Amino acid sequence: MRIFNSTVGRKLLMSISGQLLIIFVLIHLAGNSTIYFGWINAYAEHLHSMPPVVWVFRAIMLAIVGTHICYGVLLTLENKAANPTNYAVKRQLKASFASENMIWTGLLLAAFIVYHLLQFTAKMTPDVAWTSNQAVVDVFKMVVTSFSNAGIVVVYALAMVMLFLHLSHGIPSFLQTMGWNNDKTIPVYGTAGKVISAFLMLAYISIPATILVGLLKL
Amino acid sequence: MSAHTSNTMTITLHVWRQAGPNAPGKLEQYEAKNVSPDQSFLEMLDEVNEDLIKAGKDPIAFDHDCREGICGMCSSVINGVPHGGQVRTTACQLHMRTFKDGDAIYIEPWRAKAFPIIKDLIVDRNALERITQAGGYTSCHTGGVPDGNAILVPKPDADYAMDAAECIGCGACVAACPNGSAMLYTSAKVAQLAVLPQGKAEAAERVCAMVDAMQENGFGNCSNHYECQAACPKGISVKFIAKLNREYQKALFK
Ligand code: HEM
Ligand code: SF4
Ligand code: FES
Repeated sequence: MRIFNSTVGRKLLMSISGQLLIIFVLIHLAGNSTIYFGWINAYAEHLHSMPPVVWVFRAIMLAIVGTHICYGVLLTLENKAANPTNYAVKRQLKASFASENMIWTGLLLAAFIVYHLLQFTAKMTPDVAWTSNQAVVDVFKMVVTSFSNAGIVVVYALAMVMLFLHLSHGIPSFLQTMGWNNDKTIPVYGTAGKVISAFLMLAYISIPATILVGLLKL
Repeated sequence: MSAHTSNTMTITLHVWRQAGPNAPGKLEQYEAKNVSPDQSFLEMLDEVNEDLIKAGKDPIAFDHDCREGICGMCSSVINGVPHGGQVRTTACQLHMRTFKDGDAIYIEPWRAKAFPIIKDLIVDRNALERITQAGGYTSCHTGGVPDGNAILVPKPDADYAMDAAECIGCGACVAACPNGSAMLYTSAKVAQLAVLPQGKAEAAERVCAMVDAMQENGFGNCSNHYECQAACPKGISVKFIAKLNREYQKALFK
């Protein structure tokens, strides 16, 4: 199959999986924001009242993340192989820290996702150990308790900085890979990528930060 | 002449010297004396070479031909930027007045796996030709000269094709790309033909064949860094890469 083997085809798979991940990031943010309205327990209960839906959704997410990581690693290795020798002097004109470190910001995000799932989904990290003897886990209490720990909040904040870097290149990049670009839109997308990813970073960080400073409490 | 001698410059060059494809290479230091600001970069190298020849040494090998910015032969990475980083300027059109007395200039060959070094600053760029041979043409029967305007081409399409056709095939885009990718070059050829009625017939086969040839010849994948457009002496836009991506998607469903 052309799409799986060719250089442009694989980039399309990266782009489409990346777009689906962005949609997930947006929906997840909307879901998390229910904490400000006191609805997070109702939201969590609602989600878990339909186990088959939850498992199908998890399988799809795993396939998307798997595709994105596999091709991300493969493309990066091929790119290093295509440019094996460095210049003694190199002046970068346009490439940015964000665009050159997609693989690292991406892999750090993957590590964060594993930690995040172990914590709030599998409830295996020490900060949530207390939930093991609860019949029904109070999600609001769990989140507020964990985010009262400054160390945990710092980890989340750093992960969101990675998300900012990954998407500040990822957003303009996926638009270009899809071919939805021309001379007028190129600079607009560059700015939009930074603005949207900064918004996502700040919006996500706002929840643990609000809890840590005590504005949102049990 | 006397008016110029007063402001001639002395420049320290660090030039990549490599005797052959598999020989080890290294940066060698040379002094370029009495450099006139009116000289072109290549003329400055010519004079350094004359001194080297007089001293019985091997002159610096570098590619050049037209020296007027149209053939695409000149190719050096000058202080870390292919062609030296002056907007829309080839190395042969770069003038020494852009440098100052006492400057140090690093001169290196195009670096990419697809461009093996032949000698010093000369690299083998046939890989680009092989991409074009794979599909950068239209098949047509030759015969009598067709009437002018027998095939109508809207003006905006003609302009678009001409912008893409400005590519001189120098390979600076590959040299600038952190991934050694030839997407800008390939996309310029694909876009130029895809927009014209004569090229539309073979558009799908062309984009697939040229993308495959790019991959087979050892070029990397495009990560949309846009380093290529910034280094291109003809200002070829990455909008043509977007066009290649659209053409490729259409071809996938054929
Ligand atoms: C889970 C670990 C992740 C890894 C290892 C990873 C890796 C990468 C790499 C290496 C690229 C650049 C590919 C290239 O241009 O050659 C990339 C692009 C991208 N990533 Fe990720 N990423 C990860 C997570 C994410 C997440 C969570 C999102 C969305 C929220 C995302 C969205 C994107 C987008 C939109 C692109 C641009 C696609 C394109 O250039 O067309 N990635 N990723
Ligand atoms: S696109 Fe520009 S940099 Fe690349 S080969 Fe053509 S003229 Fe040279
Ligand atoms: S020598 Fe022809 S473009 Fe520079």
